Amino acid sequence: MGSSALKHNSPKSPRQTRSIAPFLLTFFILFGIWLLLSGRFDGLHISLGVISCLIVAFLSSDLLFTSSETKGMTVTWLRFLRYIPWLLHQVFLANIHVLYLTFHPRMMDLIDPEIIRFRSKLKSNISLLTFANSITLTPGTITVYVSVYGDFQVHAIDKPSGRPLPGEMEERVGRIFSE
Amino acid sequence: MNIIVIIFLVLGLIFFTGGSVGIIRFPDFYSRLHPAGKLDTTGLLMTMLAAALYTIQDFSTESLLTGLKIMLIVVFVFITGPTATHAIVDAGIRAGLRPWTKKEKAD
Repeated sequence: MGSSALKHNSPKSPRQTRSIAPFLLTFFILFGIWLLLSGRFDGLHISLGVISCLIVAFLSSDLLFTSSETKGMTVTWLRFLRYIPWLLHQVFLANIHVLYLTFHPRMMDLIDPEIIRFRSKLKSNISLLTFANSITLTPGTITVYVSVYGDFQVHAIDKPSGRPLPGEMEERVGRIFSE
Repeated sequence: MNIIVIIFLVLGLIFFTGGSVGIIRFPDFYSRLHPAGKLDTTGLLMTMLAAALYTIQDFSTESLLTGLKIMLIVVFVFITGPTATHAIVDAGIRAGLRPWTKKEKAD
């Protein structure tokens, strides 16, 4: 998986190499959301939904899936779905930790805010983005800055929150995007 | 079923309370964002889960759709929450505000 945003400068425009798969995928995602939000299943509403979803999918399918290679994408999405429960578990654990800090009477002694700098092994834009958002989502750490080369600055509320970085989360994000 | 809903609601409210108390108690701008941005996310997850469970109690297509819509709120907040927190932190760093550390307190 290469970084898709950088490859847009190649001589072939992405529109030419694009297959039908991103278009169909966009259409089904949009139509699913339409059905969910409208909640009416009669002919008029469904046909209106199909028409508008077709138009929007035609215009913007290359925005949602910038990469023209779709073969590895299904696997990536499946691995991403498997990553979410682990992330939620981590978020929950870390939330309890911050909650404990908040109500602790001697909170000022426990916390020790600092900015951690490290360089990530991850290369592609999408994996860096996922990693940075995962860090921010985990309480006790906020991503301050990420460069294209993977330089991270993370604000950590105390030592235990910042210690696991980059660590296991980076490993797992790397495994999703097979890096 | 009602008991589960109540448990989730109370848990969510505890997280919300923690977030609000944290905003007051933490020492500086950056560390205040930790409880503000994240405890709210979990609090929202809990309360919305409770609302969704309460809605699908009398099971029908309508109530299922409403429950799914409520869970969609959680998904959107989980995407926008970290992004907004990061934007605020980034703005703070760009404006030149130095994070509070233990060492500065010792001076």
